[in-house]
Amino acid sequence: MARTVWDSTVGKKTVMAVSGLIMLLYLVVHMIGNLKIFFGAGEFNHYAHWLRTVGEPFMHYEWTLWLVRVVLVVAVVAHAVSAYQLSRRDIRARPSKYVHKKPRASYATRTMRWGGIILGLFIVWHVLDLTTGHVHSGGFETGKPYQNVVDTFSTWYGNVIYIVAMLAVGLHIRHGFWSAAQTLGVGSRTRDRALKTTANALALLLTAGFLAVPVGVMTGVVS
Amino acid sequence: MKLTLRVWRQKNADADGAMSTYEVDNISPDMSFLEMLDTLNEELILKGEEPVAFDHDCREGICGACSLVINGDAHGPERTTTCQLHMRSFEDGDTIDVEPWRAAAFPVIKDLVVDRSAFDRIIQAGGYVTAPTGSAPEAHATPVPKPDADFAFEHAECIGCGACVAACPNGAAMLFTSAKINHLNVLPQGAPERETRVLDMVAQMDEEGFGGCTLTGECATACPKGIPLMSITGMNKEWLRATRKAARK
Amino acid sequence: MTSYTEYATGAPVVDTKAPAGPIHERWDKRRFEARLVNPANRRKHTVIVVGTGLAGGSAGATLAEQGYHVVQFCYQDSPRRAHSIAAQGGINAAKNYRNDGDSVHRLFYDTVKGGDFRARESNVHRLAQISVEIIDQCVAQGVPFAREYGGLLDTRSFGGVQVSRTFYARGQTGQQLLLGAYQALSRQIAAGNVEMHPRTEMLDLVVVDGRARGIVARDLITGKIDTYFADAVVLASGGYGNVFYLSTNAMNSNATAVWRAHRRGAYFANPCFTQIHPTCIPRTGDHQSKLTLMSESLRNDGRIWVPKAKGDDRPPHRIPEDERDYYLERIYPSFGNLVPRDIASRAAKNVCDEGRGVGPGGQGVYLDFADAIKRMGRKAVEAKYGNLFDMYQRITDEDPYEVPMRIYPAVHYTMGGLWVDYDLQTTVPGLFAIGEANFSDHGANRLGASALMQGLADGYFVLPATINDYLARHPHQGEVAPDHPAVQEVLAETEDRLNLLLSVDGDRTPDSFHRELGELMWEFCGMARSDSGLRKALERIPQIREEFWRRIKVPGTGEEFNQSLEKANRIVDYLELAELMCLDALHRTESCGGHFREESQTPDGEAARKDEEFSYAAAWEFTGTGEAPVLHKEDLVFEYVHPTQRSYA
Repeated sequence: MARTVWDSTVGKKTVMAVSGLIMLLYLVVHMIGNLKIFFGAGEFNHYAHWLRTVGEPFMHYEWTLWLVRVVLVVAVVAHAVSAYQLSRRDIRARPSKYVHKKPRASYATRTMRWGGIILGLFIVWHVLDLTTGHVHSGGFETGKPYQNVVDTFSTWYGNVIYIVAMLAVGLHIRHGFWSAAQTLGVGSRTRDRALKTTANALALLLTAGFLAVPVGVMTGVVS
Repeated sequence: MKLTLRVWRQKNADADGAMSTYEVDNISPDMSFLEMLDTLNEELILKGEEPVAFDHDCREGICGACSLVINGDAHGPERTTTCQLHMRSFEDGDTIDVEPWRAAAFPVIKDLVVDRSAFDRIIQAGGYVTAPTGSAPEAHATPVPKPDADFAFEHAECIGCGACVAACPNGAAMLFTSAKINHLNVLPQGAPERETRVLDMVAQMDEEGFGGCTLTGECATACPKGIPLMSITGMNKEWLRATRKAARK
Repeated sequence: MTSYTEYATGAPVVDTKAPAGPIHERWDKRRFEARLVNPANRRKHTVIVVGTGLAGGSAGATLAEQGYHVVQFCYQDSPRRAHSIAAQGGINAAKNYRNDGDSVHRLFYDTVKGGDFRARESNVHRLAQISVEIIDQCVAQGVPFAREYGGLLDTRSFGGVQVSRTFYARGQTGQQLLLGAYQALSRQIAAGNVEMHPRTEMLDLVVVDGRARGIVARDLITGKIDTYFADAVVLASGGYGNVFYLSTNAMNSNATAVWRAHRRGAYFANPCFTQIHPTCIPRTGDHQSKLTLMSESLRNDGRIWVPKAKGDDRPPHRIPEDERDYYLERIYPSFGNLVPRDIASRAAKNVCDEGRGVGPGGQGVYLDFADAIKRMGRKAVEAKYGNLFDMYQRITDEDPYEVPMRIYPAVHYTMGGLWVDYDLQTTVPGLFAIGEANFSDHGANRLGASALMQGLADGYFVLPATINDYLARHPHQGEVAPDHPAVQEVLAETEDRLNLLLSVDGDRTPDSFHRELGELMWEFCGMARSDSGLRKALERIPQIREEFWRRIKVPGTGEEFNQSLEKANRIVDYLELAELMCLDALHRTESCGGHFREESQTPDGEAARKDEEFSYAAAWEFTGTGEAPVLHKEDLVFEYVHPTQRSYA
């Protein structure tokens, strides 16, 4: 079965849909967690620490976190590899372009590929910035996420990268969520409006929720 | 009407093609687009030039032979087939670009004529009900609920012109393939081959080198018969169902 | 050389295959008497099928299911595009689902009468019997016929019959039935039982030792001319309406396969029986390339009229009620706008000839829905005819809800075709003709929704049963050697013909000749024919033919995709077939069905049949281009339906 799924264009789209939805679920949790920053350094840092202790005493320290990370990495890789292979296929299927060009489809639809690449690069930067600290702008300190976040959003480029990426997330989800529903065959004429509304709402909420943090830092609400 | 046409000319499958410019005059707004091309071709023949090759046959919008991309739109600006497009949709003095369907799976044969035999092979892979002549039960033996019959008809309307592929930025044949799968899979007569049909047809579609679906919706916009985009959703659902069932066996 | 009109009458042609006895037992009897081919031996037999419409598609699929090796051809890029796809109305079947008094016998009776008593009773009865099985077969294939809320099949009455026996799939019945046959054929192609050659056009028939053994065909992409051999050849190449240039046929529908078969010995029967459909969209100018049919059902609610005064060019809404002539209602008070096709067409021609026609060139009559909209409301009219109104508006840019439609008759179907016996075999042994390509079932006029029935009956049920008999009787025919003189001769003739077309390099395009011939035929061999007109046409056709071979210009070469060459080669055959049509029309000095001779009218201007003289099918034997053919008569015997003069007044 795995072979059938992976070898088929429809199957590979299913892989993208499922991995996309896993990431989407993670983003919702992540965004809500981020908002804790508005309750001050204490609560935010405590929350960050708790993430490492989830599941104790059954789970060892950081086991749950690593489990989530593994799932996420698998999802990201599956999503990206499928997207890459499908895009290669799509480009091969339409080797010569029309001489007469017309703008096509919605903005969100057309930006799926570039948006995806931007998001991929962002994830790398984001992890190096706030998880490992390798490219962090200030003095990165493990266990002090509140300060690390404030440091990042105190630089102009930190804000620019983040804001661009979050807009890309919004657009990606807007088309991606609805698209995943079609790929998984749950769309229908009667459900279409509800699915599109949900997709827009998710895109808007996530973008707004994530952007609240840099805006908070910039306006001095978070410092 | 006086028009400037820029038409894709390509001697044969192996030759390189290019756009050539022609002027046509005395075009009546009542002419169909193909009759306008007939006029051009009559002039070309008398001038000793090769007329523009294009596929056409019934000229009443049902055979699916005609296949021109006009100003970047498959079948042109109206939602109909090229043969049912009339010159009144254009303005006097317009420049009109005419190109063939473009997709790797539809190689150009000459000028505006492409090879769409990939569609036939997709149908051969499973787009039928196995009902050898003589084996049929009485027609009323199996009633079909009207909504199902209407749903089947709506998808069976596909004329196999390939506008969906031409319009799709990925050169995908999802709408064509899904239309036939939905038509047959919803009917009780199509039920015994429901799973093999969708798996085999999708596999053949991939085999032919069509692209994947990114749900841009261009196919459904271009479709002269109004096959809905949801048709693809239905195919995906059938495919997943069939894959799960096959895995359990 | 004798003049073309001084034809000789040869020995009568007799259908030796139809069994005697009660008519309802004949088909069973024939099937029982017919020899069978052992299933294990079928694989060794190759059958060529030319055409993939309802008849060809269904025959190819069924023969392959039986185990024969089928080699099939179509000029289109896919077998799915054959012109059967354009049939709108429906398909008749004597199912009697409505319990409204229908029966096999009634369908048989209606068809014989509708054909104005020029069809063979045995064949028509078989058609009516098989009609029932066709619906079962198509439903099993997944054809989405219209259904009622209870899930059962819906039917409607069509073409003026009093029972509701027409099954339909909205206005696209032909499309749905054809796709059913195409899908069955596709299954056999996938199984390797059918070798399909799309974009390949038959250009001649190969006859070896008196038997049809193959065809010469041209690959339309590469231009390569090849021979294909078989144990039997089936022509399912459709009708010849395109002789008229303007018709409702597809642009590339052509008569080459049947005409070349005729030249090789197959008799051509009743070529003058052509059907002119009354409700087509009128032409708009000289650029017109084809005509579009509007379903006959429009006549159920629309009223047909022209102004009373000649040359009245006021817009229709400015013409007051008492200055309009609802001529069908006036002349035929009991049937009114629902008279049969031939009568409605001729009446339209008459009022236009009087100078009362409307629209550009005065070649049109109004089909007015104003009263229907008043009576039923716009919503109801929309529900019933919406898609037809949309189609009309798209083509004419006029809104039929506001302005009356304009309609005019157009060539639609040809009842004539290759002469076949009860087994559908032509006079060349091993050559069969099915569907519109043969002549047998519709007599002089085809009823609405009967063409689909006949095509599928021939392809699914009749031919697959009868061809066994021929193949069983000629089991060991041996391979045809490609260098056999008969093969080489046909091949050389074909190549020479195409080379000649390419080499003339004259100053006229193929279309200009086709249009000229079409206009001539429409004028003199169209809706009304007269001795003097037909003679004029017969004088003119050889002149056009001569001019054609002197002035034709075909660009390009034969070794490539060359649509001008395809066209020119088809016109070569139209230029010969047209002559035979005119001669047949000239010789038949009666009026019957679609054939109306001005000299043979009743006192009130209706068609007058002459049963004593003309109760026969005219089968013509070819003797040479422009040479008088030989007429062979097949007497028509009516044991069950007794000829009466049709009356619709």
